[in-house]
Amino acid sequence: MTVKVQCEDFDVGAELAAMTRGRTSIGGVTLFVGLVRDMASGAAVSAMTLEHYPGMTERQLEAIEAEARARWPLDDALIIHRYGRLEPGDQIVLVATASAHREAAFESCHFLIDWLKTKAPFWKLEATPEGERWVEAKESDDSAAARWAKDA
Amino acid sequence: MKVLYFAWLRTKIGVATETVDLPAEVKDVGALVEWLKTRSPKHAEALANSKVVKVAVNQEHVPYDHPVSTGDEVALFPPVTGG
Repeated sequence: MTVKVQCEDFDVGAELAAMTRGRTSIGGVTLFVGLVRDMASGAAVSAMTLEHYPGMTERQLEAIEAEARARWPLDDALIIHRYGRLEPGDQIVLVATASAHREAAFESCHFLIDWLKTKAPFWKLEATPEGERWVEAKESDDSAAARWAKDA
Repeated sequence: MKVLYFAWLRTKIGVATETVDLPAEVKDVGALVEWLKTRSPKHAEALANSKVVKVAVNQEHVPYDHPVSTGDEVALFPPVTGG
C-alpha cells in the first residue's frame, strides 16, 4: 500500500510490474491514469500547474487508501499524484488496485479516484490564450464521490 | 496560530502563510474566517464568499462550526481540483 506525491513522471508499466512481482495471489489489477487535456471549458490549454498542501495531501491520500482497504479485499493499492507544471498529454495521477478478483479491483479503483478528487488538497492552474485561470471544482465530481457514501 | 492560504486565496491575499494572534472571542472556524476578513481589504475580498472558502484544521477537512485554538495549523483554500 503506497502513496507518492511527486513532481517527477511515473512509469505505469514499471509500477504494475513492481506491484505484482512474485505475488501470485493477485488475480487482477485495475489501473487509472489521469492525463492533462489540451482543451477545458472551450479554451485551449497549453499548460497546467498543480499546487498542493504538502503534509495534508499525503495524509488525505493515505486515509482514502485505508478506507478502500477496509471496504474491499485488496492485495495492494497505489496512488501516485504529481504536482508542478505539466503539459497536455502528461500524466497527472495513477491509481492502481490489485485483488484476487476483478470486481474488488475495479470498484476500489473507481472509488479512490472519485474520492481523491474531492478530498486531496490539489488545485489546478490552467494556462490558456486568455491568460491563467484556476480550475473550478465540478458538481459532477461531488456527485461522483457521493455515490460511494455509505448508507447511514 | 499559523494560517495557510492556497490557490487563488493565496494570490488574492498575497501571502502563502501568516502567523496571527488569535483574539479570545474567536473560538471556531466561522468566527476565524470573519475575523481574518478584518485584517486587510485583500483578505475581505478573497474571503467574501464563504461557500468557496474551505477550511482544514491540522490537515483535516472541517466544517465552519469546528473549534480552533492558538496551537492549530489552519488552512483556507478553494474547493479542491486534483485527480
